Amino acid sequence: MEFLKQVPSIRFMALRRYWYVISALVVAGSIALVIVRGLNLTVDFTGGLVLEVGFSQPVDLERVRSALDGGGIEDFQVRTYGTGSEIEVRLPPAETGVAADEAKRVLGALTPLASKVTLNRTESVGPQVSQQLGEQAAMAVLMTLLLVLIYIAMRFRWRFGVGSLVASLHDPIVAVGAIALLGIPFDLNVVAALLTILGYSVNDTVVIFDRIRERFKSMRKAEPAEVIDRAINETLARTIIVSGCALSSVIFLATLGGETLRGFAVALAIGIVIGTYSSIYVAGAIALDLGATARDFMPPEKRGDVDEMP
Amino acid sequence: MQRYPLWKGVLLTAIMVAAILLALPNWYGESPALQMSRRDRAAFDAATTAEISDALKAAAIPTDEVYVDSDNRLWARFASVDEQLKARDLIQAKYEGQYAIALTNASRAPDWLNSLGLEPMSLGLDLRGGMLLVYEVDTEGAVAQLLQRMERDFRKVLRDARIQYQEVAVSGNSVQVTLRDPSETAAARKVLLEYDRQLTFAPDSAPGSIAATLGEAAIKERQNFAIQQNITALENRVNALGVAETVVQRQGQNRIAVQVPGVQDASEVVRLLGKVATLEFRLVDTANSPMEAARTGRAPLGTKLYKQRDGSPVLLKRDVIATGEQLIDASFAPSQGEPAVSVKLDSRGGDEMLRTTRENLNRPMAVVFIEKERELVQRDGHEVALDRSKEEVISVASIRGVFSNNFQITGLSAVEGTELAKLLRAGALAAPIIIVEQRVIGPSVGKDNIEKGTRALAIAGIFLFAFMAMYYRIFGLIADIVLLTNVVLIVAMLALFNAALTLPGIAGIVLTVGTAVDANILIYERIREEIAIGASPWAAINAGFDKAFSAIADSNVTMMMSGIVLFLFGSGPVRGFAVTLCIGIVASMFTALIGSRALIYLFYGRRRRIERLAI
Repeated sequence: MEFLKQVPSIRFMALRRYWYVISALVVAGSIALVIVRGLNLTVDFTGGLVLEVGFSQPVDLERVRSALDGGGIEDFQVRTYGTGSEIEVRLPPAETGVAADEAKRVLGALTPLASKVTLNRTESVGPQVSQQLGEQAAMAVLMTLLLVLIYIAMRFRWRFGVGSLVASLHDPIVAVGAIALLGIPFDLNVVAALLTILGYSVNDTVVIFDRIRERFKSMRKAEPAEVIDRAINETLARTIIVSGCALSSVIFLATLGGETLRGFAVALAIGIVIGTYSSIYVAGAIALDLGATARDFMPPEKRGDVDEMP
Repeated sequence: MQRYPLWKGVLLTAIMVAAILLALPNWYGESPALQMSRRDRAAFDAATTAEISDALKAAAIPTDEVYVDSDNRLWARFASVDEQLKARDLIQAKYEGQYAIALTNASRAPDWLNSLGLEPMSLGLDLRGGMLLVYEVDTEGAVAQLLQRMERDFRKVLRDARIQYQEVAVSGNSVQVTLRDPSETAAARKVLLEYDRQLTFAPDSAPGSIAATLGEAAIKERQNFAIQQNITALENRVNALGVAETVVQRQGQNRIAVQVPGVQDASEVVRLLGKVATLEFRLVDTANSPMEAARTGRAPLGTKLYKQRDGSPVLLKRDVIATGEQLIDASFAPSQGEPAVSVKLDSRGGDEMLRTTRENLNRPMAVVFIEKERELVQRDGHEVALDRSKEEVISVASIRGVFSNNFQITGLSAVEGTELAKLLRAGALAAPIIIVEQRVIGPSVGKDNIEKGTRALAIAGIFLFAFMAMYYRIFGLIADIVLLTNVVLIVAMLALFNAALTLPGIAGIVLTVGTAVDANILIYERIREEIAIGASPWAAINAGFDKAFSAIADSNVTMMMSGIVLFLFGSGPVRGFAVTLCIGIVASMFTALIGSRALIYLFYGRRRRIERLAI
């Protein structure tokens, strides 16, 4: 079985100007969305107390609110979590030392609402921790970007390094925009997802760059755009299969993996689609427009694949 | 006919056998269990074990197994969480307070695996349920304590050298001394240096004034000491909970993370671990009226106003005789029917105590019990963290004799005495700690997470396997075997490194399996390309592997770098993800490049001629 019986000859690079515009618009839109709509930050980043309470039968949120009011709980937010019989109560940063006692008070206030009420999860994050978690996450992203840039520049010359860097910036930004649009709770798991997107995007880019490098060596007379198109077309079958496999796995995770994994999985799914696109139209195209030619891969000494075997 | 190098085959087989063995305990899984240890730390004898076993039987709670482990803990394994909870309630009711009971999981693996020391990989709190507490050590408080001690000791040193001073006071990171007679400055410096060689004096002080500053190194040393002492204290307290697989570790600059798996009463755990208790021994000031001080709210010079437990005021001298820091041991030892805590001090505290008791026989001495809490208070619309220490005089007793480093504190109830002794014994704290992060995951959530996560993983896997087999036929099947091997290797490595599997960790496995699929697809697409341009089967296979290598290596190296960065800079879930990502990448490189090729040789290698490849 083969999806593409013959290597297609789509002229990807001919259309790159249009895609630049679209990419720029999507990135701008994503940034605007994050600024205007904001991210649904969880306690990981805002600090505060979150309680997940399970009821033996679905409960009405209004009744939950009035029960909490009656119990003397202040400044709370309530939302249903998963099925209608689970709710999430969010409280502002309190004395973290007594979070457990606070949880008991909330549970006590909610007990009359159903025959069985259980406290499934309590998370309390102090302001000093939440700030640090955010800084750590940002630091991790920056360090990853830097390392990837250096590595790609080393392996493929700087034009490709810049191409993959722009793609690596492009993908998480668009993914964050999508997360803001969908209102997915932004927690540490989602940060892990964003970093995965980054990794996936770089992986995809590297595979295509690898083929571009090879084709530049073998098609020395051809136009750079032609060479890049050829490389993308030759790897297209692989790109479709791999993205398809990854996407299907992640969709299974999103639909069957439970509430805790959903945000993570949806972010990944978005990232896989964007990562696949960006490898072709952001990374490849930018390298081309920065003037990538066969000269980039004509090293002084002869280097073959054999030398690279372990 | 093509041969695969024998040594590679042997090595590969050896690695796989080891991996399967390491991963095997996970196949059997774990069952809910109770883990009990005796509060008096005595050993379980056969009779007690049988008694508990019978009690469970009598209550019609079926157990899979009841046994005592080498750490002298009794384990009872159950088929379901329901039975586990019932059993706990029963034992708790029947043997009130005799045992520390923890809900946990026990391996179902056969004995020969257990005896090899092989255990299932540990699960993160998000998968098994449990409690995470992150404490912040008040390192500034530790430094402040040190400065206070310097202040106190300076007074003593100067007094002993008969150098009169106007004032000795802490200001910032230094202790400021103002002498009565400026001509004695040099002499004062000399005796202070004799007291501590590491003191540095600020140069431009006015005549008769000396500022001894605490150096950067001294501050750092003090802070590290405070954290280490707290870690030891928390470890002791956590161990006292009697729960298996607890973790206490330093996290970053001044934090300590504590993980307590299983179901606990969260408030109780917080209370037991978090209470920052210390003692101060001070003399009672009998010259002034505490009532008067309480009324005006102003304590006379050199004294401090405290409240006793019944609320009545008491004036204590400012000089601290000894603190909890100098405490070596404390135990609850009722004497003559009255609850008492027997206290042992170190030699410095003992010396001070000896001097004080000798000079103040029959005068009252007080024990101040200090508990520190951090409260967030609204101030000008902002949340402000305020340290609130609850200082309470728990006992005022006459000094009945001259004693030094061994004495008793009375005036507590039995419960308070036991608790105080336990907390003090666990290690007197130098620096206060506060909780800055607290997460409690219920066991049902953990179970739900692992069930759904595994199911999603299994379905995604089946889908992927079916697709690969359909799309690449024999080679697809080979890839499937390789992918399965990949998962076994990941699990084995997690077990080997004792890394806990978390929910993001499962996602990390999904991702690396995806990368492994990519590696195989890259190779197979290459082989197809080579066949398309007319290469012979064996040439196509070899060229496929060789040419795909650079792409696989480059992409895996970049992924690995991201994984390492995540591990270094991330924490919690991000780190859990990074661990499986790194392990998974190693496994996927190994299986795709070596395992896959070996299987192809195994399948095609013996044939004299291959007409065409089933790819």
